Formats: sequence, C-alpha cells, structure tokens
Amino acid sequence: MTEIFGIPIQVILGQLLLGLVNGSFYAMLSLGLAVIFGLLGVVNFAHGAFYMLGAYATWVLLDIFGLGYWWALILSPIAIGLIGLVLERLFLRHLYKVDPLYGLLLTFGLALIAEGVLREAFGASGQTYPVPEVLQGALDVGFMNLPIYRVWVIVASLAICFLTWYLIERTRLGSTLRAATENPRLVQAFGINVPIMVMFTYAGGVALAALAGVLSAPVIQVSPLMGSSLVIVVFAVVVIGGMGSIMGSILSGVGLGVIEGFTKVLYPEASNIVVFVIMALVLCWRPAGLFGKE
Amino acid sequence: MKISKNTTFYTVLFALALLAPWLGLYPIFLMTILCYAIFACAFNLMLGYSGMLSFGHAAYFGMSSYITSWLVTSNAWSTPGALLAGTFVSTILGLVIGLIAIRRSGIYFAMITLALSQLVYFVCLQAPFTGGENGIQGVPRGDLFGIVSLSDDLTMYYFVLFVFVAIYLFIQRIVHSPFGQVLKAIRENEPRASSLGYFADHQKLLVFVLSSTLAGMAGSLKAIVLGFATLSDVLQPTSGEVILMTMLGGAGTFFGPVLGSAIVVALQNLLSDRVGSWVTVIIGAIFVICVMAFRRGIVGEWLAFQEKNKSS
Repeated sequence: MTEIFGIPIQVILGQLLLGLVNGSFYAMLSLGLAVIFGLLGVVNFAHGAFYMLGAYATWVLLDIFGLGYWWALILSPIAIGLIGLVLERLFLRHLYKVDPLYGLLLTFGLALIAEGVLREAFGASGQTYPVPEVLQGALDVGFMNLPIYRVWVIVASLAICFLTWYLIERTRLGSTLRAATENPRLVQAFGINVPIMVMFTYAGGVALAALAGVLSAPVIQVSPLMGSSLVIVVFAVVVIGGMGSIMGSILSGVGLGVIEGFTKVLYPEASNIVVFVIMALVLCWRPAGLFGKE
Repeated sequence: MKISKNTTFYTVLFALALLAPWLGLYPIFLMTILCYAIFACAFNLMLGYSGMLSFGHAAYFGMSSYITSWLVTSNAWSTPGALLAGTFVSTILGLVIGLIAIRRSGIYFAMITLALSQLVYFVCLQAPFTGGENGIQGVPRGDLFGIVSLSDDLTMYYFVLFVFVAIYLFIQRIVHSPFGQVLKAIRENEPRASSLGYFADHQKLLVFVLSSTLAGMAGSLKAIVLGFATLSDVLQPTSGEVILMTMLGGAGTFFGPVLGSAIVVALQNLLSDRVGSWVTVIIGAIFVICVMAFRRGIVGEWLAFQEKNKSS
C-alpha cells in the first residue's frame, strides 16, 4: 500500500474528496453571499438558514408528498427562493438606505426565527435522507473507491457555480446587474427596473443556498442547526476571498474545503479551526482578502 | 441647588436596587440581570460609542467564565484573585482578536469577530481544562479576603451590585473623557478624525480591549454567581443575545443596555419552561421588530421623544 507521511494514500484521497464536497458547499454559499452583497449591500446572515430550509424542503417533499430527489432539486430552490422574495419585499427593502449593519442584524433575527420554528415542527434531532437510486454505490477507479453521490455533488455544484459566474460576468443580464451594483440610479435612468432586479437577485442568491441544501441532504443529517455553524465558516471564507469577486469566492470556497480535508488527515484536532486561522493570517497579510480590491 | 432629572432617576433606581431582594425578587435572578447588564454595557462601549458591531463578544464572556471557574475549582484560588485573573485573560484575548479585527471595519469587522469567536469556542470545546460538553460545575463562591463569605445570596447580591455600579460609573467616565469624544468622532467620520491627527486604529484597539475586559469581568462574575461555566457561554447565540440587549434598550445610551438585559433575562426566565423552542423565535422576532421599527431602542426613542417635546 502506498503511504505518504505514514498515512495510507486511500485515507488522504478519501478526505480530499470529502474536502472537495464541503468546499463545493462553501463555494455555492459564499457565491450567493457575494452576489447578494454586491447588489444589496446586505450581508445575509440568514444564508445558513436558507441552506437548512432547502434541505428540510427536500426531506418534507419526500416524507409528505412522496416527491423524490430530482423533483426536490427543482422545487426546493424555487420554494425557498420565493420565501426570499417575500422577505426582501417585506423587510430588506426598507434597509438599503441605513447602515448595512442593520441588514446583518435583521437577517440574524430571521435566521433565529427559522431555526426555532423548524425545531418546534420537526424536533432538534437530525433526519436522514436516502441517496437517490441512480447515484448509489461507488466507482472503482483502481486506487480507490469513489462514492458516486459525492462525485455528483462536486460536479453539480461546480457546474452551478460556473454557470452563475458566466451569467454574471459574460451575459447582457449580468452586465446590467454589475452596472446596477456600481450605480443604481444611472441604470434606473436607462429604463431598467432596478428594485425588481434587486428583488430577484436576492431570491436568486437564496435559491443557490437552498440548492446547496438539497445537494447536502443525502450526505449529512438534516437538522435545524445545520446552517448556523456553517454560515460562520462561510463568512470566514468570504473574508479570506474578498467579497468583490465571483471567481474569487468560488476558488477560495473549494480551496478551503480541500485544506480542511487535509487538516483532518494530518492533525484532526485543528480541522474545525483551520479556516479561522487562515482567515486571521490572510487579514494580517492582505486585509482586503486574496481576491478583494480596495 | 437644582437637582437634575438624571440625579433623581439614578437615586430612585439605586434605592430600588438596594431594596429589590426584599420586594420579592430572587437575588439569583437580580444577579443574573446585573451580570448581563455589565456584559451589555461593555458591549455598548463599542457598538454605541464607537460604532463597531462585534458579533463575537461571547468569546470573552465565556472564556473568562471558564478561567475563573477552573482557577477556583481545580487550583483553589481565592474568589477575588480568580475574578481578576479571569478578567485579565479577556484583556489578552481582546488584544489579540482586536489586533486582527480592526484591520477591517463595518460589516467585515462583524464577520471577523464572529469567526474568531467561533475559533475560541472550538478551543474551549477541545481544551482539557474546560470539561468539554459538561463544562465546569459546582464552582464554590468562596469569600472576600477571608472576611465576608459570599455563599449567602444576599451578600453576593450586594457585592455584584457594587461591582456593577463601579463599572457603570467607569463607563460613564470613559465616554465623557476626551478619549470618548475621539471615539465618537471616529464613529461619525473616521477619515476626518485621522486627518485631525488621531490614530484611529490605536483608539479603536483601546476601546476593543476595554470592552472585552469588561465583558470578561461579567463572565467571571456570572461563573461565581451561578456556580458553573458551560459551552453555551462561549457560543454564538450568547453574542447575539448581548447585541439584542443593547439594541433593545438603546445603543449609545447609558441606561439602555441595563434595561435591555433586564427585559431579555426576565423574558427568558418567564418563557423558557413554558414555550420551549419558541424562545428562539421570540428573540428573533424582537430582533426584526427592533431593526424595522425602533432602531434607537427603548431608551433612545424615549430620549428622542423628550427632545422633540422640548424643542416644540
């Protein structure tokens, strides 16, 4: 058996794969945060809660309506995105003119409400969700067994991330969006309905978080608290990457997931804190973040 | 001599605080309020007077509570010594975290303090002295310099009240000092304050360390009052709670955080046995209402209302 530093290579590759799975969740979540922050100037603390709601929607669709994974992949993000739409209309809209800290506090409150309600409705313990039949099993690639579902998660979320990047950086709609980030009043003057655009951007970012939740449902326990600790890690990822760049948040998300995976192999005690330590180091070296511009 | 409204208010309040245990309020309940009031006042020093929103103040509160509990139980330190040592650890922790966090401001500052406090939480979870998931239980109250025993709830209450009043006056002193004025200037317009020759970063770091020190003192005191230190003290919801207390009462007012912590602690006491998880929902809802309807908090809105009446 091949070994590196006395650790079997299978173990390293297994953790690398897990790291990539986590990293793709980080990438999807920090991407949504970056898009929302770019246009709304709001740091969406409820992002973890929307991720959690996406996973619960998936579980409820199967448990109550008997609709499987592939339905959930479409329906959950739409449903949660609609919730986001309503929340933007009701609350966030009124906060664009005040200090951005209020947006953070408001979404923190909304996250608490979501967590409390779900805990009351479904209990604090986790629910398990089956891996869809087509994606069960593992691929034997010679030197290790690749669980198909994990590979699917990585491929699907990276595809979604790059699609979002393409949409924002390379299409007409995206250029309007970026223009509205720079100067909303000017874009409005060109006859584009900026408030509607802002509303759908928020819903889009929320839907991305929900989609990450759907993808995660079969690999983790679906519980009311699954989002609250994740969102803190994603905040750290965003600080490391700098919120200005879409590609930056994708790269730093995946990269940090992989680093976390490696830490689990080399020094498991530090795997929970490695992202925060890296954040502290990056802040000392480049306060604006690796891809941020200031 | 003309007695100002303020003096009357504080005299009445102080008399009430002295009499409170005889008015049917449990000393433990009152002491919990006072500990959280110290915590919220310390937090307010940053949010209210310097415009810095820390989302990780639980780190200092919890860490000091652990250190004090550990020193008293495992190392047989005296109570005053353990209180001071616990507080001092938060001074150091605040200095380290502050040095990193003040490199960014606003929204980033909030995210960085939150992330670093999560780091402190994981350290507390894994460090051998904290007792992991169980925390440290059965912390004895001890005595003050071998003269006064603190095991009696009433004696403990007056000691906590004394500490609270001292810290309250200290914070008023800071805010009204030239240093406090510079902080306000930085809050309102940092580039301008810098252009006037103030080192904004030095002032921000100083207030950060002051605030974390006082938050640590609140945590140490809480450990002695209730006799335990647990993981929930270092956890993110505690950071959220102190923000809520300050916002609800009124950030940037002296009395606001005290009122806010009294309301939140009373609410939690009343509701926790009856409604279970709905406490989280109610706290979340208060956040939403505060942000949407009265951003100045109860005391802040009251002061603004009085101001309006005076001018019209």
